Amino acid sequence: MADIQSPVPGTFYHRPSPEDAAFKSAGDSVAVGDTIGLVEVMKSFIEVQAEEAGTFAGYEIENEAPVSAGDVLAKLK
Amino acid sequence: MSIQRLFIANRGEIAVRIVRAAKTLGIHTIQAHSEADADMLAVRMADEAVCIGPAQAAKSYLDIDAVVGAARDVGADAVHPGYGFLAESPAFARAVTEAGMVFVGPSADTIQSMGDKVSARQAAEAAGVPVVPGSDGRVDDMDLAAKLADQIGYPVMIKASAGGGGRGIRIAETPEELAKLAPQARQEAQAAFGDGGIYIEKVIRQPRHIEVQILGDGTHAVHCFERECSLQRRRQKVWEEAPAFDLPEATRQAMCQSAVDLAEAVGYRGAGTVEYLYDRQADAYYFIEMNTRIQVEHPVTEMITGLDLVALMIRIAGGEPLPISQDDIKLNGHAIEVRLNAEDPLNKFMPFPGKVAALDLPESDGIRVDHFLYEGYQIPPFYDSLIGKLIVHAGTREQAIDKMQAALDDIRIDGLKTTIPLHKALARSDDLRAGRIHTQWLEPWLDAGNLTDQTGGAS
Repeated sequence: MADIQSPVPGTFYHRPSPEDAAFKSAGDSVAVGDTIGLVEVMKSFIEVQAEEAGTFAGYEIENEAPVSAGDVLAKLK
Repeated sequence: MSIQRLFIANRGEIAVRIVRAAKTLGIHTIQAHSEADADMLAVRMADEAVCIGPAQAAKSYLDIDAVVGAARDVGADAVHPGYGFLAESPAFARAVTEAGMVFVGPSADTIQSMGDKVSARQAAEAAGVPVVPGSDGRVDDMDLAAKLADQIGYPVMIKASAGGGGRGIRIAETPEELAKLAPQARQEAQAAFGDGGIYIEKVIRQPRHIEVQILGDGTHAVHCFERECSLQRRRQKVWEEAPAFDLPEATRQAMCQSAVDLAEAVGYRGAGTVEYLYDRQADAYYFIEMNTRIQVEHPVTEMITGLDLVALMIRIAGGEPLPISQDDIKLNGHAIEVRLNAEDPLNKFMPFPGKVAALDLPESDGIRVDHFLYEGYQIPPFYDSLIGKLIVHAGTREQAIDKMQAALDDIRIDGLKTTIPLHKALARSDDLRAGRIHTQWLEPWLDAGNLTDQTGGAS
């Protein structure tokens, strides 16, 4: 189990754009450096990347929800 | 009908600015805020405050129904949109008016026609305002394109008419290059957009951005001189001055008069800005667009004219005819504004929405800080990174730069990363002092490492 935390406060997005699918779904394999979501902070979009490899367990925060720095956004198993 | 109860449909420093102006006019202020903005400074200063929705701007400050509904519910008789958000939405202006309230700004129709590039250019041409010479629409005939390019003068820019965002732009220096590049541009436009239409436009090298502040009451208009906003990063203004430097007096007068002509031609009501590109070498200016709202950089104009533009726009919206004539507006000295953003200029301008610790703002004679900060305030991450503006006024441009430099050394905003180091480096720049700047100057200057070098090599 590994937590992926938000590096900055802002609004969390599961998808690169509203028309696209989520970056990851439960069961997907995750490599180091894979983008799992975006956090919009002051109109800038910051990519949230996995720091370890594993299997995607799921998002812990809803799409388009506000987040604080350090919040757990997703989990790996 | 004079305004009694003003609803402020914005946030941040401009909301504070509007509350202050309304108070000087004895108007009751009602501040809108999102759930994330309940403790912002304008909420604390206003007579009343009302929550209009969740943190996300799309569900609060940008939600026309939520804003208009809240304004009506609190019995507002007027709505000030500030800048950004819904300030230039004709649908919002219309909804406010249809709900029986005054929109502090021009009519929805004026916002609409000035917001459309083609109709704004047509309005400017009709008022005799120079526009960037070009094909005025698509050209399909390459012989005609060559003829037009000869008239416009080389170099010319070839753009896809269906495109946007600078894609497929080519520059032809000679007729031979045009003959070679135009068909390529057509092919690429056809492939990218399914439309091979192109248009051509004059290339203005090292353009400066100069804009004229106007005030109109629907019939008459006056100008409040111009601002120079050539220092830009990613099309965002960074450092603004009034007046423009090194502008021949005859050019200043013609440019300002052309802005008044355009404002009167469209029956402009309220405060507005006519933006131009200025080609210093040719001493020629060209209309770009008109902004139908108060602008971020309005304080530099207030410093050199002594006017309160926000109060004036509220009075005009309340039905007063223009209370000042052109002869009353005098240009006095030189003013500079720098934008203080919660960003780390030494780390790719990464946003930094922190908590304000110790705060020391050097407000005194000729130094003004427009902001929405207080000690202990947590800056929300959901909105623009602009946290304030430092504005100085002095007798000459040289003195104003010196004064800015001193003010930047004195100002203290702890707990955040801000763009203050960028402004300190700019104030030290010889190019800036000598006026060797244009809209394409700042980004290469940053890329060349001038910021890190001058701040002691921090990385």
